[in-house]
Amino acid sequence: MSQTQRTPVARADDVLVSIQDVTFGYDTRPVLSRVSLDFARGQLIAIMGSSGCGKTTLLRLIGGVITPQSGRILFSGATVDTADRAALYALRRRMGMLFQFGALFTDLSVYDNVAFPLREHTRLSEAMIRDIVLMKLDSVGLRGAAALGIAQISGGMARRVALARAVALDPEIIMYDEPFTGLDPIALGVTANLIRRLNDATGATSLIVSHDVEECFQICDYAYLMSGGRVIAHGHPEELKASEEPEVRQFIRGEPDGPVKFHYPAAPIAQELGVSP
Amino acid sequence: MTVPDLAADLGRKCIDLLARLGHATLFFVDLARHMFASLRRPYLTVAQVHAIGNRSLIIIAASGAAVGLVLALQGHLILSRYGQAESLGLLVALSLVRELGPVLTALLYAGRAGTSLTAEIGLMKAGEQLVAMEMMAVDPRVRVLAPRFLAGMLAMPMLGAVFSAVGILASYVVGVLMIGVDEGQFWSQMQDGTDVIKDVGNGVIKTLVFGVATTFIALYVGYESKATPEGVALATTRTVVISSLTVLFLDFVLTALMFTTP
Repeated sequence: MSQTQRTPVARADDVLVSIQDVTFGYDTRPVLSRVSLDFARGQLIAIMGSSGCGKTTLLRLIGGVITPQSGRILFSGATVDTADRAALYALRRRMGMLFQFGALFTDLSVYDNVAFPLREHTRLSEAMIRDIVLMKLDSVGLRGAAALGIAQISGGMARRVALARAVALDPEIIMYDEPFTGLDPIALGVTANLIRRLNDATGATSLIVSHDVEECFQICDYAYLMSGGRVIAHGHPEELKASEEPEVRQFIRGEPDGPVKFHYPAAPIAQELGVSP
Repeated sequence: MTVPDLAADLGRKCIDLLARLGHATLFFVDLARHMFASLRRPYLTVAQVHAIGNRSLIIIAASGAAVGLVLALQGHLILSRYGQAESLGLLVALSLVRELGPVLTALLYAGRAGTSLTAEIGLMKAGEQLVAMEMMAVDPRVRVLAPRFLAGMLAMPMLGAVFSAVGILASYVVGVLMIGVDEGQFWSQMQDGTDVIKDVGNGVIKTLVFGVATTFIALYVGYESKATPEGVALATTRTVVISSLTVLFLDFVLTALMFTTP
């Protein structure tokens, strides 16, 4: 395990996504500062960290939704360039993204949501699209829900439909933004298993952004821990669990106080209440 | 606040306003460009014409009827003072086709269809549907905004025509059937005094311009809204206010260009 240096996860030709010295911030608030990461092909990688530490920002940077202030991002050797729309869209066709709450199109049915990327990007016949959609829905266990509207399905089901949609075009990378948030224990187990199975069956690289330590460690091959806009640790789940570093320990064991303070910075409470001289 | 502070504040606001206008203009050009791309899939636009136009039909027709009824009553009252009650048809037709039809249709359209467009786009943004579409390498401006823009342009002239037609029919009911104005005079004076190009044509141009303006404002405000419940609520209100003022201002400009005596 090392600190903030380039991660020696994979050989150069095995790297699918390479984040090189990237800095990003919203207005005056810095989110990522000089982060460098490499994600290897075919692996299931978890990026963990507390809320607001820049995890989701990382996914959006890879997808080219936002542009880094400095540094660059390579996807399969090609720079993710937000200025070149045609090239960016060509890259995005090779990516799948699962949004936190699914981001399904509410005016379309479950079936039409999964068919959407196929209809937009392929010239397949409706019969062929139907076969693919049903297979994708079957892989997430929701073939029977094809005709339902989005308002008729639960949050857990919506997440699975979104997953079927994200893998409709067989992407090289599947990015999951907080896939476990707000799920009941059964849905959570189902989703975690599904992510692992899809990763192994398709050979795609999977990138999970989450703060759910338990679930992530169960399924991931490699994990990064982020805090304050930088990577504080990375390694295999066992290595991270065994870490004695205070910040890593606090996060993994869920301790309320430690290097990450419980209290938001403020003046002493006695002074604020006017009870001390 | 000192004078230099006030001047700096004013300057900042002006720059801000100009930047926003510039941004809106670029967005408009972009949308107009993508509009032709969306023609490749006409069913998307047809579905939107149905959603925007068909659902506004009842309120437009009902308002047209109400305006026609009132115009007939008031018009007859004034015209009969001068012994010109037979010109009622002409008065109603010109008022509706030239002014009231396009303007009131546009105001009702902004309230009915404009707000629904803004809320729809705003909620799609809040639900991350637009960014999800982007991530699927589908441009939301081509897939979502352009068909709606085109549909608004097509629906407005049709709605304006319905408004005026229903208004004229309603004035016929009051003027001819109830008050007793001569039916032949009512229709023949209307036919003689209304010019197809100058009156009807200009009225259609007005509705087209209002359609472009109100639909664009609704889409732009929705697309630029903050992705929160308050943001969407604010955007919906803003759509009605900006659209209404724009329609009234544009109507003055268009009337000045179209109907002033040489």
